[in-house]
Amino acid sequence: MSDSSLDNLPKGWKSVPNDLGSDQTAFKGVQWGKAMMWIFLLSDTFIFSCFLISYMKGRASTVVDWPNTSHVFSLDFMGVPVPLLLIAIMTFVLITSSGTMALAVKYGYEKNRKMCGHLILATAIGGLIFVGMQAFEWSKLIHEGVRPWSNPFGAGQFGSYFFMITGFHGTHVSIGVIFLFIFARKVYRGDFDTGRRGFFTTMKSDYVSIEILGLYWHFVDLVWVFIFAFFYLW
Amino acid sequence: MNENTEVNKNKEKPATTHKIGIYLWIWGLLFVLSFFSYMVDWYQFQGLLRWSLILFFMFLKAGLIMAFFMHLFWERYALVNVLLWPMTAIACFVGLMVAEGKYTVFTRLIYFVLGE
Repeated sequence: MSDSSLDNLPKGWKSVPNDLGSDQTAFKGVQWGKAMMWIFLLSDTFIFSCFLISYMKGRASTVVDWPNTSHVFSLDFMGVPVPLLLIAIMTFVLITSSGTMALAVKYGYEKNRKMCGHLILATAIGGLIFVGMQAFEWSKLIHEGVRPWSNPFGAGQFGSYFFMITGFHGTHVSIGVIFLFIFARKVYRGDFDTGRRGFFTTMKSDYVSIEILGLYWHFVDLVWVFIFAFFYLW
Repeated sequence: MNENTEVNKNKEKPATTHKIGIYLWIWGLLFVLSFFSYMVDWYQFQGLLRWSLILFFMFLKAGLIMAFFMHLFWERYALVNVLLWPMTAIACFVGLMVAEGKYTVFTRLIYFVLGE
């Protein structure tokens, strides 16, 4: 932080009780919207954790064999079944979109309107591709007879966990894509340079909003890291 | 207090921006780590090796995303603490449910065998 008033505050561990016990601003120098997005993401972490823990418990306690995911999620490529091919591509697409988002935040703070807008648009398109591939995966599995209560590959709980966890994550991606398009338009229009007031608020627009949007998008990528590890690879 | 009003005045000021290199490095690392975790399945590692490799790559990727893409590495220490300490509750919950899952499968096996 280049902020000189923050330099006078205690550093390290001492800054924690000092910040939390202080008046007006708990997190000094952190814009309130950013702090609130973090708090929201923390609560979202708990929701996704509950889903994944429930999946762990269900998988650990069933006496029927769990479906072999590298077989279930394999995709034929030129006649050869490649395990987890679609999931791997989805992972790389989401990481790519996370990278473009991180750069969008950087160019936003540098007031580079064009680059920021292009990169947010690229992020949104990455998200759209991801959701599209997820829709393809869902329809493929439904076609193969996977239902929330049964499936031809093994333990019946597999379907309910699959649809609930990837569905909830896909919903997050979809909402993120909608907001990315909205913010791409706002950036291109120059809202954040002119400080134009938003539709739902009288507050002036600021490029910090791009960082807040970025936090949400990186979180979606973060959740996918855990879903990829626990649901698809384990 | 004087310092508070000063902080409020500076609210609209943008945070420090970082060099593009660091983002590109993290981006590349995430690609490489994802490739490695995919290779875990490709080569069909099994058992303890598979689980430890999956967890290792997962936590490394999650850490990189949170620290650098989400700027937590440069974030205010009070905020970092407020965000990371609640994760211990999740770890406790995982521990409880591991025990619960083992107990459930144990009773199921017992009763399914006895029932037959």
